[in-house]
Amino acid sequence: MSIWEYANPVKFMKTSSLVLPWATGLAAACLIGGLIWGFFLTPDADNFGSTVKVIYVHVPAAMMAINIWVMMLVTSLIWLIRRHHVSALAAKAAAPIGMVMTLIALITGAIWGQPMWGTWWEWDPRLTSFLILFLFYLGYMALWEAIDNPDTAADLTGVLCLVGSVFALLSRYAVLFWNQGLHQGATLSMDSAQHISDVYWFPLLLCIAGFILFFVALVLLRTRTEIRLRRLKALEQRERMA
Amino acid sequence: MMPELGKYAVTVLGSYVATVALLAGLVALSLWKGAKVKRALARQEERMRKNG
Repeated sequence: MSIWEYANPVKFMKTSSLVLPWATGLAAACLIGGLIWGFFLTPDADNFGSTVKVIYVHVPAAMMAINIWVMMLVTSLIWLIRRHHVSALAAKAAAPIGMVMTLIALITGAIWGQPMWGTWWEWDPRLTSFLILFLFYLGYMALWEAIDNPDTAADLTGVLCLVGSVFALLSRYAVLFWNQGLHQGATLSMDSAQHISDVYWFPLLLCIAGFILFFVALVLLRTRTEIRLRRLKALEQRERMA
Repeated sequence: MMPELGKYAVTVLGSYVATVALLAGLVALSLWKGAKVKRALARQEERMRKNG
């Protein structure tokens, strides 16, 4: 058995119909459990007070914003190199989810920043690279809509995805390249001195798992829709030509 | 049951409300578009079957 079997739309539809209910159920369980645990059952932090509870939505959303672009990069490369339609459609299906995750990270960051930093926005390296990433998501989605031929659209959006990957990486590593800025260092660190307390760490892990599973479920659902839409357009074209 | 959020209540609740609203909107739009495309494809396949 090869992973390329799933490039076949029929095989993808069959397998995803089996995976989708499980991913949805697990995502709901992890998200509800993690958010209830984090919101109701964790104490205030000494330095941040009750605003520490914002990490349970802000950190997973920011992680997903970057990692969804990486997933789009991988699937775009598969399209550009091997010409598998399902991979191009998966990248297209993932973009709106990544855009919403980036927006959540920007909005919750601004809401948190106002009382903590005294400002809604600062042209800090990480914040700025996240804003650029958000604009790349919008541009990527607009490019798909602007081009009628789906293969040309997949080619051009694939190239845009390669370019945007620079900003996805910058969003993650901006604080290492430039001065720290206002944004603190990584919340999730292997360095025990920087690592957050276990009281916050475990519910955060559950929320991250929930966001990942939420993405898996939604990208499967949206890719299935894109595959059906592609078939619908092909049938309509065949009917017109008959 | 509600935790004491003190002067940061608006910050914390605002973040959660914004997140839930955006995620719910995304799910609703995805389900709506999925159902619409599925219906349209079924109609098209049925029409083509009838027309041979």
